[in-house]
Formats: sequence, structure tokens, C-alpha cells
Amino acid sequence: MQNLISIITFLPLIAALILALFLKGEDEAAQRNAKWLALIATTATLFISLFLLFGFDPSNTDFQFVEEREWLLGLKYKMGVDGISILFVMLTTFLMPITIAACWEVKVRVKEYMIAFLVLETLMLGVFTALDLVLFYLFFEGGLIPMFLIIGIWGGKDRIYAAFKFFLYTFLGSLLMLVAMIAMYVDAGTTDIPSLMMHTFASETFPVLGIQIVGGMQTLLFLAFFASFAVKMPMWPVHTWLPDAHVQAPTAGSVILAAVLLKMGGYGFLRFSLPMFPVGSEVMSTFVFWLSAIAIVYASLVALAQEDMKKLIAYSSVAHMGYVTMGIFTVNQQGLDGAIFQMLSHGFVSGALFLIVGVVYDRMHTRDIAAYGGLMVRMPVYALIFMLFTMANVGLPGTSGFIGEFLTLMAIFQVNTWVALVATSGVIFSAGYALWLYRRVMLGDLIKESLKTIKDMTGREKAIFAPLVVMTLLLGVYPALVTDVIGPSVEHLIGQYEVALNDYTPATELALAGDH
Amino acid sequence: MATIILFAPLIGAIICGFFWRVIGEKAGQITATSLLFLSFFLSWIVFFTHDGVTEHITIMRWIDSGSLVADWAIRLDRLTAIMLVVVTTVSAFVHLYSFGYMAHDSAFPEDEPYRARFFAFLSLFTFAMLALVTADNLVQMFFGWEGVGLASYLLIGFYYKKESAGEAAMKAFIVNRVGDFGFALGIAGLFFMVDSVALDDVFAAAPELAETSISFLWTDWNAANLLAFLLFVGAMGKSAQFLLHTWLPDAMEGPTPVSALIHAATMVTAGVFLVCRMSPLIEFAPGAATVIVYIGAITAFFAATVGLVQNDIKRVIAYSTCSQLGYMFVAAGVGMYSAAMFHLLTHAFFKAMLFLGAGSVIHGMHHEQDMRNYGALKGKFPVTYWIMMIGTLAITGVGIPLTSIGFAGFLSKDAIIESAWAGGTTASGFAFWALVVAALMTSFYSWRLMFLTFHGEARGDKHTHEHAHESPRVMLIPLYVLAAGAIFSGMLWYGSFFGHTDKVAKFYGIPLAGEVHAEASMEGHTEATHDEHMADGTAEAAHGDAAATAHEDEHATEAAADHGDDHAADGEHHAAFGGRPGEGAIYFAPDNHVLDDAHAAPAWVKVSPFIAMLLGLGLAYLFYIRKPELPAKLAENQKPLYLFLLNKWYFDEIYDAVFVNPVRALGRLLWKKGDGATIDGAINGLAMGIIPYFTRLAGRAQSGYLFHYAFAMVLGIVVLVTWMTIAGN
Repeated sequence: MQNLISIITFLPLIAALILALFLKGEDEAAQRNAKWLALIATTATLFISLFLLFGFDPSNTDFQFVEEREWLLGLKYKMGVDGISILFVMLTTFLMPITIAACWEVKVRVKEYMIAFLVLETLMLGVFTALDLVLFYLFFEGGLIPMFLIIGIWGGKDRIYAAFKFFLYTFLGSLLMLVAMIAMYVDAGTTDIPSLMMHTFASETFPVLGIQIVGGMQTLLFLAFFASFAVKMPMWPVHTWLPDAHVQAPTAGSVILAAVLLKMGGYGFLRFSLPMFPVGSEVMSTFVFWLSAIAIVYASLVALAQEDMKKLIAYSSVAHMGYVTMGIFTVNQQGLDGAIFQMLSHGFVSGALFLIVGVVYDRMHTRDIAAYGGLMVRMPVYALIFMLFTMANVGLPGTSGFIGEFLTLMAIFQVNTWVALVATSGVIFSAGYALWLYRRVMLGDLIKESLKTIKDMTGREKAIFAPLVVMTLLLGVYPALVTDVIGPSVEHLIGQYEVALNDYTPATELALAGDH
Repeated sequence: MATIILFAPLIGAIICGFFWRVIGEKAGQITATSLLFLSFFLSWIVFFTHDGVTEHITIMRWIDSGSLVADWAIRLDRLTAIMLVVVTTVSAFVHLYSFGYMAHDSAFPEDEPYRARFFAFLSLFTFAMLALVTADNLVQMFFGWEGVGLASYLLIGFYYKKESAGEAAMKAFIVNRVGDFGFALGIAGLFFMVDSVALDDVFAAAPELAETSISFLWTDWNAANLLAFLLFVGAMGKSAQFLLHTWLPDAMEGPTPVSALIHAATMVTAGVFLVCRMSPLIEFAPGAATVIVYIGAITAFFAATVGLVQNDIKRVIAYSTCSQLGYMFVAAGVGMYSAAMFHLLTHAFFKAMLFLGAGSVIHGMHHEQDMRNYGALKGKFPVTYWIMMIGTLAITGVGIPLTSIGFAGFLSKDAIIESAWAGGTTASGFAFWALVVAALMTSFYSWRLMFLTFHGEARGDKHTHEHAHESPRVMLIPLYVLAAGAIFSGMLWYGSFFGHTDKVAKFYGIPLAGEVHAEASMEGHTEATHDEHMADGTAEAAHGDAAATAHEDEHATEAAADHGDDHAADGEHHAAFGGRPGEGAIYFAPDNHVLDDAHAAPAWVKVSPFIAMLLGLGLAYLFYIRKPELPAKLAENQKPLYLFLLNKWYFDEIYDAVFVNPVRALGRLLWKKGDGATIDGAINGLAMGIIPYFTRLAGRAQSGYLFHYAFAMVLGIVVLVTWMTIAGN
């Protein structure tokens, strides 16, 4: 199938269009229809994307299922997947039906809500499949808008503040990226991503405002992209939009935000920074390591102090993303495998954790940790699922959370033992905040009057968690499902990276030889 | 067979945990227990049929990332076989015991299925523990390592309504994580140096690691020392060694069968197992070994001092466990891994039994745990009394001095003390004295426990005493079985663990080195002399003489080729351990003579723990039978010391002040000042000019205009893109 990727990408959009054009009315029947249509569309997208997965040849490190068409103004429409992007596509299509099912109880502007999610899915898929710089930028920035609306319209009390904070942060970051993209086009004469990956940008040191820029042009381009991706990740210290956005976002919005949108930053590093600016990446890697290590410890400590369940999980996301950036810039097999794995696993685990908060929020309408306590007495099933994802969150071996964390730690030790030491201490802190949350919410006696009648999870809620439970355990026990797919592409990427570095200066060769 | 042993408990846990609804709670419990008994029988078959040759059984792929390859696999050698029998035996009988102990728990309403949950957790723990001991690579070991941590967390917090239980569970997990932090770094370091996480590769690389330096943090280290030390940090956490011990006494919040299984017999010994498993590395890491000896000795001493004054019966046994683990580490640290494993085995029997005996008392006394409210219970608990007596005789080390006849603890503990003496370094000398003094204290607190509980006058609530009753048979049968172990296991396996070199070598599958080593004759000679010194053992003395004469002859000929023949001919008593690191379950470096030196220890060394034991018994008798007013007086006279011990050297308070509270305060500070004031402050300041503009927009967003506006924008972009695509085609 030649148009497989386009079909997958735009199917949700078509559903959104149908909703927008043909569905009238605000009554209950219309709401139900909107939800069912969205659920069917996202599920269909998931099934079609399975063809992509099974048709994909992991041993081939080129882009596959490539579609290329002329567009106006000499621009091109080019889509395709390789071993690095395909699993992000799968993550998105896998999580969307779950997300739609999670907003089944929403009563306000249901049609528009569904449209927003469907449009968002198209844009997210576009980010992971676009093979043209302009196209990528459109999808990347476009994704901001539906998310902005989801937070700003269906969010909590301070949603406007959170929505603007989210928008401003990410948008300002992106502006720099746009400038860099223009510079790249001027330099390379193309916006084709595969061609840009082969292009060597200048890396001779030159001064800017009297400061010698090591790595020259590449470092500058790297930094411009970094501004955008670091905000998306989010990395310390530009992470403060995330807790606010999560707290105000509706449950389903939080799920998508944590599970997929955050992964765009990591994906960007893998797709652009490493292959296009290897010298810049190498120059800046120590800097990134330290930001990552600080993120892990700092966010964990702050998580320890939280009184709001969602904020706590948001900070834990920041810490977990620290392992990702750390792993990526080690540029060795374990680091990249681990980083990608960590992103996928975090998609399932953090998504599930936000859903877990949503379960009690739907019942009690508060996320205040102090309002809970002793829920295990009345909610045994909930307690079990919460326990599982708590353990996945702290990286217990046997869950998917372990693999990524472990691999990135193995990787960083080969590169920088100080960073390894600081990052590894995250395993202590994560246990601290996660178990403390669990204890305050679930353990103890149930003494609060308001909780005496709380009900355990419904069938719908259990069904939502089931696929997430399966994935978390499956990937924890058999991670080869992921590493087999990404392995060859990662290896190829590392190979290219090293070749580029060797051309830059033979002096780095020794250092790299030690790694492999 | 090993695969069945490993997975039967997991299947039991799943059936009991999830399908009790279908088959009934009782049936779930029975299923879990029978599956464990299956593992138990198979483990003993493996133990007796194992020939010392290491087997590898691959089950499934696991992690595969570049050169980091870790499969789900089973490594079956003697160490594994020992651990299999220890784990499955104790676990099977703890399951059985729990039928009685957990039958009616007043902490739960009758309609709550807490029993199924309990049995599922027990079986889950057993699975994780078996995964740990059967691991063929470090990552799987880490899986089991953390898995037992999870099970321990779940079981300590089993009485989840109790605040203290939740707190203890959390503390256990987090303190263990501190250890795991070291373990993880150790694995990373080994992977970095060896480029593999498979045990065989690590073992093979050990000699090279001893010659290599690794740059870690601010300076270069000897690779073997550093990595062995990091792994040992993991062991310290799991085995509650000094500095990371604080969680173990609190872990007594869990139900007593849990304390017996996890916090006495199995999980806490995982650290000892790890050090023994890594013997090829430790043998090349003298610095790390010294640390192990010191930490072990300090723990043995420290925990014993605290155990002297505790009033909660379970806490006394908990500190005793902590102290005995210290003994095992000393043995491993001086290079006598087989003695460490010996004590691990015997300790599992008698300590599990002591806990289950204490559980029997607690059960019969309506969950009263304070020994000050016991007394004169001998009549009420006749069976438990004798069981506890056997346990006490075993832990205090009663036997006939200078022979190998005695209770289990007599043989294994004395083996460790003799090894410490034979270690020949400053550290081991320190350890020797620390352990002898600890033996005195062990005897004191063990007898104190016996006297306070079963003798003297009845104290505390009269009603409780009147209703005290002996436990049902389902709880007593496990006690009989473990009692048999506590009496006989020492005598049965003395030879295999701490006997002559050739016996130990055969047991562990270690090749003998007499033939290849040029210096074998020298070694043989010293051994022979040692043997001569051993005038104590009845049969051994005769052997020694024979060996000595044989060696004189051998020396006369001085031909290397003859050595081998002689060795084969004269009853192989003076054989030396050989083989490469990784051959056999344990590796002894060629210069490791601790076993022979320990056998040759002078009589006073061998008798000293026995004398210490007698002194402790005498003191306890004086304090708690003859003059029961004495302890209170002493506590009054030595108040600071008493409080120091009673409050466990103030470790919890110090840790709270130095770590827990500052970390929490730092978290709050970073949140309010770091995120709030600094980062958001700076960014808000930057955006100050734009914000008024946006707030105006925001006003409109609420009215819904913005939504339509922005939505139209998105749709516009999207339509444009699609149209252009199609048009462009």
C-alpha cells in the first residue's frame, strides 16, 4: 500500500471533519455519536497502523513506506518511517482509543472535544512521519493548538493561565527552531529530511560577539533546535509549564500530553540533532548530561514535596525524561535503545498514572493528596493497578519502566561516571515520592467521612487499563519486542554519527573507540 | 526440573491471587501451598543429585541491546542448589504454618479475602527469590533482587490499615533502594569493563580486573576493588548491614510468618549469597574484602548489643538476625565463602524456627509481643517451648567442643569464628574478637528471651495469660521439620561446607590444583604441618599424621611429576583448590589458605565461642532467674548506656535529622523558590509585556470566540495541506 502512512495520518482528521460538518446538536444522542465516531476512528487507525508495523522491515535502516509528492511553492509532501519513528507512530495510535474512552464521561462541548483529539492525533502522527522540514514544522507547531484548546476550554480552574504558559513556552522555543530551519535551507538548499541527514553543516569554530563557538554553525543550529525540543521534553529548567499544564488539563489531555506530546522533543533530538548536527551534539553533550542529571534529582525532590497528585506525577515525568535526554546524548547502543524504550514505556506508565488520578478525581473532584487515605479498604482493584504502575514508575525490573532506566544508566556510566552517580541516585528518590504518594492515598485506615462510600473501578475503567497493564508487563518481560525493531536503525544512526565525528577531528576518535 | 522449581511458585501466586474468586479462597491457598511443596521436593532432588558441574538453562530472551545481552536463564550450580533448598524448604513450611497463623486475623473483617492475598504475596516472594538465586547474569539477579524487595514491601505493609506498617514498608523499600543504587552502579561498572553482564564472562575477567584501573568520579581505582565494593553496597542494603540496617527491625510490622521467611531465612541472606556468588571477583579484590569483613564484624557486634535490651520478642530476633548476617559476611570477607553459606543454611533453619516459635507464642497470646507481659508460659506452650529451646541451643552454639558434634549453629558459627582467626589480617583479627564477644551477647539475649517468655512469673494482663493456648497442629508441624534442620543440618553437612579441602571442592565442583601448581609441594607441606597441629579431631588426627609422612617422602623426591601421583595415592587430604575463576560454584584463589589455617587453629580459638556462650548463659540465668531485679537496677545505674542501646544507637533519629528531613525541606525549597520564584519569576518577568495582551484574549476564550477562531485556523491549515497534497499530485 503506497499511501499507508497518509491514510493512517489523516484518517482521524477525516473523522474530525465529518464530526464538524455533519453532526448537529448538543443533546445526549449527538454526544454519544460523537464519542462513538471518535472511538471507531481511532481504533480503525490503530488497526491500520498494525499493517505498518507488520510490513516494516527492521533490518532495513532506510526510510520505508515513503510517499513523496509535489506541493506548492516548490515544497514537498514527504512522509515515511524508519526504526526510530515507527514505534512512536504505534504509541500514538495505541493510546488514542484509550484516551477517547477515558473522556467518556465528559458532558461539555463533547463534539468539539472529540474533534480536538482527532485533529491532535493527525498532527502527532504527522510529526513522527514527516520527512520534510516544512511539513514537520507545520505538524509540530500545529499540535500546539488543539492541546492549547483542550487545556484552555476543558481544563480546571486556572486553565487560562496554564494554557498560555504552555503555549508561550513551547511557541517561543519553536521560533528559534524556525530560524534555524531557514538557515539550514539556505545552507543545504533542500528541506528534505533524509538529504539533510546526509548533509554536513559547517563545524569550524568561529566567534560570535567575541565568544568562540566550538563546532561553529552546527553548534548554533543545535542550540536553536535544542531550545524547542528542550521545552517539549521538558528539560530542567524550562519544565515549569508542565506541572501547571497537567494540573489544569482534563484527564485525557494529561494522558496525551505526557504520553505522546512530550516524546516529540526526544524524537526531535534523534531525528535532527544527532544525525544533522553531530559535532554540535558532541560539543554540547556534557551540558545536556548535567541538565538531565539535575532534572532527575531536582524534579524528584520537588515531587516529594507535592500536595497535588497530578503535579507529583508531572514532576516525576520531568525526572523520567531526564533519563531520556541523558541516554540520547551518550550516543551508544544502550543509551539510544534505552532512551527510546524509556519514552515508549513512559507513554504507557505516565498515561496510566494520569488515568489513575482521573479515576478518583471523577469520584471526589479533588486531586489533593490530603483528601484521600485508606482507599485500599474500598477499592482493591484500583489498589492493585495503582501499585503496578507505581512500581513501573519507580523502575521495578519486570515492568517496562526498568528497561529504559537501566539501559540509559549502563550507557551513561561508559561516558561520565559523575553524571551516572547523580542519575542513579534517582532510583532512591523515585521510590521515595512514588511510594509516599501511594501510602498517603491508598494505605492507612479509611477514616475520612467523604470517602466512606467511594466505589471501586467500573468495567469501563478496567477495560481502559487492561491494554496498558498488558503493555507495561509485556515490554518489561520481553523488551526485545522493541529493541529488535529499533536496534538496526539505532546502530545505523550511531555509525553515521561516528563517521561524522571522525571527519571533524581525529582527536575524538580515541574517546569514542573506548565506548564500543 | 529447575524451571519447574522456579515457576511453580509464580503460578501459585497467580492462581491464588487472581483466581481465588473462581476456585474459592481455601482452594487458592491450598494450590499455592501445594505448588510450593512441589518446588520443595524437586529442590531437594536437585540438591542431592547435583554433581557440582554448572548447568545453564536458557528460558527466554530478555534484554538485548548491543553487547548488553541478558536472557532469562537459570544457572544451576552448588550455590544455586543450596539456596534452592533453603528457600523452598522454609517457604513451603511457612506456607503451611500460615494456614494456622492467618486463619482468623482480627485486623480484617471476615469477608475480606486477606488470606488469598497473603498466600499470593508469599508465593510471589518465593518466585522472586528463586529468580535471584538462579540468575545466570547480573541483570536477572537484579530482577530478583528488586522483586524480593517488592514482595517484602507488600508483606511488611500487609496490615495496611496500620500507619506504622505502611511506614515500615516504605522505609524497607527505600533503604533497600539505597543499596540497589550501589548494585546498579556496580553492574554498570562491570558492563563497562567486561562488556558483558553474564556471570561467566565477569568471572573470567576477574583476574584482569584486578590489574586494571577504572576512572570513577574524581580518581582512578582498582577496578576489582571498586566494583566488588559497589556490589557489596547492594548486599548491605538487602542484608541489613551496619548503616543500612535500620529497616530490618521495623520490618517486624509484617505478619510473623513473613518475618520468618523473608526477614530471617531467605531475602536478607541474598546479600551473603551475592558476595559468595561473586567470589571470583572478591578473591581479586582484597580492599573490598577488607571492607566486607569490617562491616560484617561491626554489624555482628552492634546488632547484638541492641538485641540485649529490646523488649519486643520479634525485635530481639530481628536484631539477632542482623547480627548473624554479620557473621556470614565476615566469613565471606575473609575468603571462606563455604563457611558463609554453611551458616546461611543452618541459620535459615534455626532462625525461621525461632520466628515461627515466637509467632506461635504471639498467636496464642492474642498478638501480645512485649516480653515484659510474658513469663511462665512453659506450661501453656509445651511444644513451642521445646522448639524454642532447640532454636536457642542452635543459635547460641551448643555442642561438644573440639568435635563436630553439636547443634547446627555450633558448627557453622564456630566455623566462621575459626575462619576469622585464620584470616591473618588486621581486619580478620578485629572480626575474630568482635564475633567472640557477639557470641557472648547472642547467648545472653537468646536465653534472656527464653527466660522472660517461658520462665519466671506471669506478668501483664491476666486475662491474656489465662486464655493463652498452644498452637494448632498445622503450625506445629513446620516447627518439627525446622527443628530437625536446626539439630542435624550442621552435623550432616559439616564436611561438605567446612571439611577437608577435597570434600569441599567436590561439593562445590571446584577442581583440585595439586597437579598443576609448581608451588604445590610447598603448599602441601604447610597443610601437612597444619594437619599435625590438629590433634583434636579424632579421626582427623590420624589422617594428619599420614599426610605429613607422605609429604616428607614427597619432598625427598622433589619431582614435580610425582606430586600428582602422590596426591592421588595418599588420600588427597592436602589437596589445594584450583581451577579458573568461574569453574565451580565458588572460587578460591591459590593463595587462599583460610580453610586449612582455620582447621589448624589452636584449641583456645576453637573453644572461645563455646566459653562465650557459657558466659552469656550464666549471665542471663543470673539476671532473669536468680535475681530478676538486677536488670532494672543495672538499667538505672547505667542509664545513658541503656538508653543508647534501647534506642538502637539513635540511628533512626540521626538518619531523620541528616537525610530524611533535609531532603524533604530541600524538595519544598526547590519547588517554592526554585520553580516558583526563580524560574517562573524570570520567565514571567520576561513575558510581562505580553501578558496584558493575552489576558484580553483570555477573556474572549472564555466566551467561546477564541475556540471557534483557533479551531477555524487549525482546520484551515489542515485543509490547505490536504488540498495541496492532492493538487500537487
